[in-house]
This record gives sequence, C-alpha cells and structure tokens, in this order.
Amino acid sequence: MKPSPLTAMSASLISCHSCHLLCKAVSAAKGLAAVCPRCGARLHSRKPNSIARTWALVIAAFIFYIPANVLPITKVISFGKAQADTIMSGVIYFVKSGSWPIALVIFVASVFVPLLKLFLLTFLLISVQRKSQWRPKDRTRLYRITEAVGRWSMTDIYVVTILVALVKLGSLATIEAGPGAIFFAGVVIITIFAAMSFDPRLIWDAQEPNNERRKQP
Amino acid sequence: MANNLDVLVQSIISACCPVIKKNTGFVRMKDLKFLIACHECDLLHLRRPLPPDGTARCIRCGAVLYKRKRNSLNRVLALTVTGLVLFIIANAYPFLTFRLEAQVQETNLITGVIELYRQGMWIVAGVVLLTTIVMPLLELSGMLFVLVPLKMRRQPWKLALLFRSVRSFRPWGMMEVFMIGILVAAVKLVKMAQIIPGMALYAFMILIFILAASAAALDPHIIWKTLD
Repeated sequence: MKPSPLTAMSASLISCHSCHLLCKAVSAAKGLAAVCPRCGARLHSRKPNSIARTWALVIAAFIFYIPANVLPITKVISFGKAQADTIMSGVIYFVKSGSWPIALVIFVASVFVPLLKLFLLTFLLISVQRKSQWRPKDRTRLYRITEAVGRWSMTDIYVVTILVALVKLGSLATIEAGPGAIFFAGVVIITIFAAMSFDPRLIWDAQEPNNERRKQP
Repeated sequence: MANNLDVLVQSIISACCPVIKKNTGFVRMKDLKFLIACHECDLLHLRRPLPPDGTARCIRCGAVLYKRKRNSLNRVLALTVTGLVLFIIANAYPFLTFRLEAQVQETNLITGVIELYRQGMWIVAGVVLLTTIVMPLLELSGMLFVLVPLKMRRQPWKLALLFRSVRSFRPWGMMEVFMIGILVAAVKLVKMAQIIPGMALYAFMILIFILAASAAALDPHIIWKTLD
C-alpha cells in the first residue's frame, strides 16, 4: 500500500486560507470560531459546506442562464421603433457584418465561458461526491480554469454599459439595457461565487489510501 | 492527538531539513513556520529559501506555493502611487466621446453606471460600479495604507484586517475585462458614428498594466511576516 501523503489535515493542522500560516487544529469552545492567530481570518480545514454551497450556486446559475439568453440584453429605440437584441442576436449581427473576431469574442465570453464553467463545476462536484480517483492533477487544473475564466464573461455587461452611456440621441437613437442584462450579470457573479466556494482539496482527499477522515476537532 | 501531530511533523521536518533535526521534542509554533500546506491539495511542504524571482510549486498538484520577488514592497508602493494618480485621471477626464454630425455625447467612466441606474437597472449598475471603480480604488488605497506605514517602519493600522480585505478585493476588480468591452462597443458603433477616445481612456489602459504589474510584484508573505 502506498504510504499516505502527509497533508495538513492528516497532521491535524489547518492552513489559514488568507495568510497560509499553519495552525494546530485545536477544538474551539462552543459558539466560538477558530481564527488565525496571525491575520485573524476564520480557520477551517476545508471550505465550509463546500459541496452543498457550490451545488446551490451552480443550479442557480443554470436557471439564470436561460433568461439571460432568451430575454433581450439591449433595446435600440430609433424613431419610436424599438429593436431588442439578445446575446446571440448580437453575435449573429457581428458575423453578418463581417466582424468575425468580435463575434468570436462575444460568443466565447458570453455564451461559451459561462456554460463551460458550469459544466466543469458540475463535473468536479459529481467526481468529488463519487470519491473518484481519476486524474486528480488534471481535475485540479480544470478547477483552476473555472477560477480564471469567469471574470471574462463580464464583457457583455460592460458593452451594454458603454453603449447605454454613448448612444443617447433622443428620438434619433437611444440604447437601453434589457432585462436579460440583469440575469446575465447574475450568472457571472453567481458562477464566480460558485468557483470560490468549491474546495479543490476535496479532490485530493479521496486519494488518501485509507480514506477515513481524521477526527475533526 | 497532540503526540500524533508531533511525530508526523517532526518526521517530515527531519526528512526534509537535517538542520532542524536536532530540535526534538514538541512541535512549537516556531517549527510550524517552516511548513506550508498547498492551498489546492493540502500537501505539506517545507518552506525553503528561493533564489530571487523564484517560484515554489506544489510537488503533487503543481499549484504555486510561494514566490520570491526582488524589492517587492518598494516596487508595489511605486506602482500603487502611480495607479492612484491614473485612477483619478481615468475618472475625472472624458472617457469616450460619441459624435454624430452635430450631436456630441461626451462620457466619463461613471456615465454608463448612472445611465443604467436611471433605466432602473440598479443591480447591473451596482455590479459595474463595484467591479470597475469601487474595488480597484479600495485595492489601491488599501495597499497604500498598508505600505506607507511599513516603509516608515511603523505598524500599519489594523494591518491584518486591512491586508486581508485588500487581498479579497483583487478578484473583483475587472478593469481589463472592461477594456475588451470598450473594444467591442467601439466596433459596434464605428459604422454609425465617430468615437473619440479621451484622456481618461489612455489613463485607464495604462492603469490596467500598472495593476497587473503590481499584482506580479507583490510577495504577500513579506507583509504577513511583519505580523509575527
């Protein structure tokens, strides 16, 4: 049998998530949270309720993703006529007008990245719950991807912000934000929180040969 | 349980670093400072001195454990001061100007936020305000409050809380993403009207690089160590 790798948890140590100081896991008095003696951040061996929280946020983001794509994100009002645009219709507009690179940027940032992130997190959650032994290093990499790409989905929200600020020509042309923008901003923020609440150390906990959790203080 | 911990930690300390081997007995706080757990897989490592600009990675999952930066605090302080000046310019001067024949629409960085708020999109307005103005400002000014006293050899006010907050603000500043947004919006409007970049836009672009450089120059461990 492989010797168990020495993790902070198996040595009854807790690594402070903020300043990385290792602290002895001592049982805190009831009702009192253990805090890092150096920086004062709350100590926990693993992110609290990581799986349940991440699931809740992922499901919420999946639900928000639908209105974010179906409802209009911008409304162009020109000579009293309103034209509503969704995210996809914006992409199609750029493809038709020949601005391929811009169409690609919007498609990747607004459609592909949020979905990729949600599916990756779902996969990671299921694999952790099944105590999967499959390629932990690569799964940790996938987690890093979900953390790094999330912010780029804000692009479309910023495009709307700038369009709304610039195009105010009264009856000639005005651009307004549509309800889709609220849901889309929701998707981006919720998925960022979801990635933050997932604890990649859970991937590695399943790799310990005798997978009995040490007594938690 | 305490005994178990001592044996485990002692064994890796003695395996990794013979110098501390003599130091038998209980594991003390002092000994724990030599160790670091990987924040992504929890594996324990011995902290070792790195060459300048070196990076220590986890041997199991490859996460970056710690880095050593040359002259970290001075560089970060210089970049933070520069960043604050650019931040003021980026907010005070015209950002983009939209011109269609005789109609001229001049905007600032905050105009879009105000306009979204007026249209009842206060959630979206709030998100944009936080990610492009409030968080970068808090991060820059927080760093200043941390670094200036340290440079004057004084204990900064509430250093632990302040630096912890500064670190948590970082992922929420999204100025570089805003830049992509500007690019897309400009391409969208360029056929319809003339888009004139203002002084603030240039300051904003430089600020993005300054923030990235400051993030790369910062060695947070130096600041945490002052609390020991």
